[in-house]
Amino acid sequence: MSAAVEEVVTEAPAVEAVPKRAMTLGTGTSLVVLALLILAPLVVKNFVIFQLTMLLVYGLAVLALNILTGGSGQFSLGQSAFYAVGAYTSAVLMEQYNVNYALTLPISGILCFAVGFLFGQPALRLSGVYLALATFALATAMPQLLKLNFLEPWTGGVQGLVVTKPDAPFGLPMSQDMWLYYFTLAITIAIYVGAVNLLRSRSGRAFMAIRDNEIAASAMGIDVALYKTLAFGVSAGITGIAGSLGAIVVQFVAPDSYTIGLAIQLFLGMVVGGVGWLPGSIVGAAFIIFVPNMAENISKGLSGAVFGVLLFLVIFVVPHGARQVAIFCQQTVAKFRKR
Amino acid sequence: MLVIATRLAIASTALVLFAAASGGALAADKKYDTGATDTEIKIGNIMPYSGPASAYGVIGKTEQAYFNKINAAGGINGRKINFVSYDDGYSPPKTVEQARKLVESDEVLFIFNSLGTPPNSAIQKYMNSKKVPQLFVATGATKWNDPKDFPWTMGWQPSYQSESHIYAKYLLKEKPDAKIAVLYQNDDYGKDYLKGLKDGLGAKAASMIIAEESYETTEPTVDNHVVKLKSTGADVFVDITTPKFAAQAIKKVAEIDWKALHILNNVGASLGSVIKPAGFENAQGIVSAAYLKDVSDPQWDNDAGMKQFLDFLAKDFPEGNKLDASTVVGYAVSQTLVQVLKQCGDDLTRGNIMKQAANLKDFRTEMLLPGITINTSATDFAPISQLQLMRFKGERWELFGDVISGDVGG
Repeated sequence: MSAAVEEVVTEAPAVEAVPKRAMTLGTGTSLVVLALLILAPLVVKNFVIFQLTMLLVYGLAVLALNILTGGSGQFSLGQSAFYAVGAYTSAVLMEQYNVNYALTLPISGILCFAVGFLFGQPALRLSGVYLALATFALATAMPQLLKLNFLEPWTGGVQGLVVTKPDAPFGLPMSQDMWLYYFTLAITIAIYVGAVNLLRSRSGRAFMAIRDNEIAASAMGIDVALYKTLAFGVSAGITGIAGSLGAIVVQFVAPDSYTIGLAIQLFLGMVVGGVGWLPGSIVGAAFIIFVPNMAENISKGLSGAVFGVLLFLVIFVVPHGARQVAIFCQQTVAKFRKR
Repeated sequence: MLVIATRLAIASTALVLFAAASGGALAADKKYDTGATDTEIKIGNIMPYSGPASAYGVIGKTEQAYFNKINAAGGINGRKINFVSYDDGYSPPKTVEQARKLVESDEVLFIFNSLGTPPNSAIQKYMNSKKVPQLFVATGATKWNDPKDFPWTMGWQPSYQSESHIYAKYLLKEKPDAKIAVLYQNDDYGKDYLKGLKDGLGAKAASMIIAEESYETTEPTVDNHVVKLKSTGADVFVDITTPKFAAQAIKKVAEIDWKALHILNNVGASLGSVIKPAGFENAQGIVSAAYLKDVSDPQWDNDAGMKQFLDFLAKDFPEGNKLDASTVVGYAVSQTLVQVLKQCGDDLTRGNIMKQAANLKDFRTEMLLPGITINTSATDFAPISQLQLMRFKGERWELFGDVISGDVGG
């Protein structure tokens, strides 16, 4: 009975196979995007810089989910829990133990990697929708765990914790917002490059083999259990770092910030950006940050409905998200060149 | 000699006149900060129009409707109110984004009545470092009354602690040897109330409170807690619960025949959503406190203030539900703001907004219970700190005793 169910789930992979070359951008395009990201804060207001920083932070979290789902084919609705662990780790270390903000990032990353790896152990026995539900449980439990009484001296309970915003170091003449933007950008680029290399490496190929066909992968000698948990750990670790950055940028953590709503937003960002296409993470993040604001501008009372309609349109017109748009553009340019 | 004297007199008169004239000109000088002009005052607001607390979004809509009404009547000192209200879905990171958008992009003069304790906590530091007023926040937490550390943040409604102070005063007077059992919601709201009660009872708190039980909002019922509290033999039941749980507690107390003095917090004292579902016969003798008039209470049927409010609803805000306490709150807090802006005159600087908000003397909006007034000062950032006790009798609340003040600082 259970074998039959498993067969159905594994036979039809819910995630479409993406060849690893198609997971990234060409060198030329990458450089243009990078130049834009570096120059943008010089010409806009602090508020927009703040929004761009949030864009990078959410982009990082979506990227983490993308490695898990697009890379190894596992679903997770529990990313908000890892994000929360990362955010709280930074906030508590910075505010209660006066640790430098930059040092809290690797600590969050390692802690979340451990949490994700451990959670990956039981999650191994589940796949597809069942795994999604198990991680969903994690996401719903997290805000309540953060409110626990005996954790209150550290977490501040329901009141949350206010985080002090760091100044630019070495007396650099830039605002806190701008410094945080470049700080976040540097980390995002490092993690992005790392993620691209990871997926091109032996481990990355193992992830993708598992995604495409678990049975075939194990027949080829891939340790399915190890690589599945590893994917969970890596994804959780990156999400944790995103959470830490988010806490520093927003300057506040509270249990209500990290509800299941956040997990669903990240999931949404991944789908809109294109599952398995890493550059799409930023596009997906832009969607979850800016589209609700646009919807609110259109109609205040019906902002949720407008957002729903826009989302529906995106899924209907470009089901593969930003990746599809990018491929379309590429082909058009190629055609133009041939003439 | 005479000529000189006359000339001197003329000159000095002229000087005095000139001084007076220029003095007058100085007084009439218009001073503005970002967000205020000769024709407009731009006000920001953040509400949970979506998400778990979206029921409170009505407050923002009521405020919008009230300012429309003020604008239609010519505005305040000739200036129209431009009310920019954003949705944060009760999510603190979104609140920070919206607050920054209001301050840095929309360039509002100040943010008014943003809702919820976690969202306001998230922006308090930002608002104070930017020196932009965070005025009349819509939460009952006690920490908003802290003019020394946060001179740009002010609450409006009575804080939870001041309400439970009032219960403590009442108990000390009426039942000095009471054995108190407390049921409270396990969050900032419940704990704030409990702290107020203990502070109010002072040294006697330890001996008077014989049992404390907390519940989580995720529990389906509080019945088991009520039974447990009865078994302690307490003769006063302090019930700090939100509407759904308050109704359950009232029913259970009647069911197990617990003859204790039942004190119910204002949050759970709604006639329509608590007492009626719990059954009038089960609620007889419950004591609570209020500061606003209850629309469903027939004793205000011929009240002038209530009539004005119902007129406003009928004419300017027909989609509002008069039985929803949020419309009353939105209406009353907007009136308070209009009073502050009137007092500011032509000096619409952020500093003066806070100065005038901290300079309300015996101001009343007519939706407050008779005798309750709004008072603030440079050291008192708690506009409403008075409530009146009430007891449930027949099919409605009966106010009794005097208006009691429960001032507490943050």
